[in-house]
Amino acid sequence: MSGGALAAAIGVLRRDLLLAMRRKSDALAPVFFFVVVASLFPLGIGPEPDLLRRIGPGVLWVGALLATMLSLARLFASDYDDGTLEQMALSPEPFVGLVAAKVTAHWLVTGLPLVVVSPVLALQYGLPADTIAVLAASLVLGTPVLSLVGAIGAALTLGVRGGGLLVALLVLPLYVPALVFGAGAVDANLAGTGAEAHLSLLGACLVIAAFFAPWAIAAALRIALE
Amino acid sequence: MSQRIVNWFRFSSPQSFYPLAGGMVPWFAAAAAVLAAIGLYIAFFVAPTDFQQGEAYRIIFVHVPASWMSMFIYLVMAGWAGIGLVLNSRLSGMMASALAPTGALFAFLSLWTGALWGRPTWGTYWVWDARLTSELILFFLYLGFMALQAAIDDARRADKAGAVLALVGVVNIPIIYFSVKWWNTLHQGASVSLTRAPTMATIMFTGMIVMVFAFWAYSIAVSLVRVRAIILERERHAGWVHELAGVAP
Repeated sequence: MSGGALAAAIGVLRRDLLLAMRRKSDALAPVFFFVVVASLFPLGIGPEPDLLRRIGPGVLWVGALLATMLSLARLFASDYDDGTLEQMALSPEPFVGLVAAKVTAHWLVTGLPLVVVSPVLALQYGLPADTIAVLAASLVLGTPVLSLVGAIGAALTLGVRGGGLLVALLVLPLYVPALVFGAGAVDANLAGTGAEAHLSLLGACLVIAAFFAPWAIAAALRIALE
Repeated sequence: MSQRIVNWFRFSSPQSFYPLAGGMVPWFAAAAAVLAAIGLYIAFFVAPTDFQQGEAYRIIFVHVPASWMSMFIYLVMAGWAGIGLVLNSRLSGMMASALAPTGALFAFLSLWTGALWGRPTWGTYWVWDARLTSELILFFLYLGFMALQAAIDDARRADKAGAVLALVGVVNIPIIYFSVKWWNTLHQGASVSLTRAPTMATIMFTGMIVMVFAFWAYSIAVSLVRVRAIILERERHAGWVHELAGVAP
């Protein structure tokens, strides 16, 4: 990436983070959703500590996944409505780089807070300390995958009627590998078999998604902008 | 060589493909009917009763071809989608949209017949087996593709958006399959395995292969009928469609 392209990408990143800071409630909604959903499960299932410890990894991962998904609708919508996205597509800097910057900003605003609150929720589910560390590690590797893959769905449904529900239908099947490896890592640590294999596979998913997804997102956005 | 390229691209125009598809439909439909009749005859009257699974095994004559077709049609659909994105040909996107409902139908049929087979054989309609789970996710991918195309009013945009989704899906299918497979083996010892089935008698295999070809012919015939309908719908403002229908433009 040339200096100009990098500067443009950093500019987009700064702008998106600044916008998120100005509208804090938007940025915090997914985290609140995550906390509320995680607190509802014990109310629905019962307070037995053994049961909660058993289902904790899966519940927390599914909660993080749904929270990310709910935030996808806002990822490109406002830039699409006011024409910013069109200007980005027309700019001489590579569109893929700008898109990658937008997804990075989305992860910093949505994914990272999920990682930060996850240990507290894990304590509610009675997970031991080293398992909590594995949960946080799996979310650090996994939430960028959710942002990248989800952005493809968000870009495809841009300006489409019923977009929010459609994103779920498109994106949830594609989230399966991240969920399996992420929740699997925590489960494996809980069962004492070591989480390294799962975390490695999750890292591999992240590498593949980081490499391919920006191109797919940029292609989908160009289709939406036609 | 150049002659050949010209010939290939001739049928990438909806106008010239429409009569070609119309000519092919009766042949594939007839082939599907004849092959299905032969295959079902073998399935019900010739093939012997399985000594382990009894009569219930006969569902494989529908189940296995449906599963194969559901996976294969997704690949063909993604292939057409890719061609459509690269060459910007209108017919490719129409082919992809025409294939999706048939693929979804086969994925559903595969899950349904699998459940009917699982009940007497495994004692349950559903197990979270790797194959069942990945087939279910394949079904969801088909539904997503069709829902996306249905939600976009502009046909060309629908084709392109669907194409990107189909290609993303095709990259994901192996990852999904292996993740589900490892998830399954790590979570629970496989209580039942489809791979340890007794080696199949020749007559059973013959019946199954005949059914596979019947499903192939059916898929081709139905997709061609559907693509003809899509062509007419999208080209309804074109002169040749008006000529065809015998109405003034």
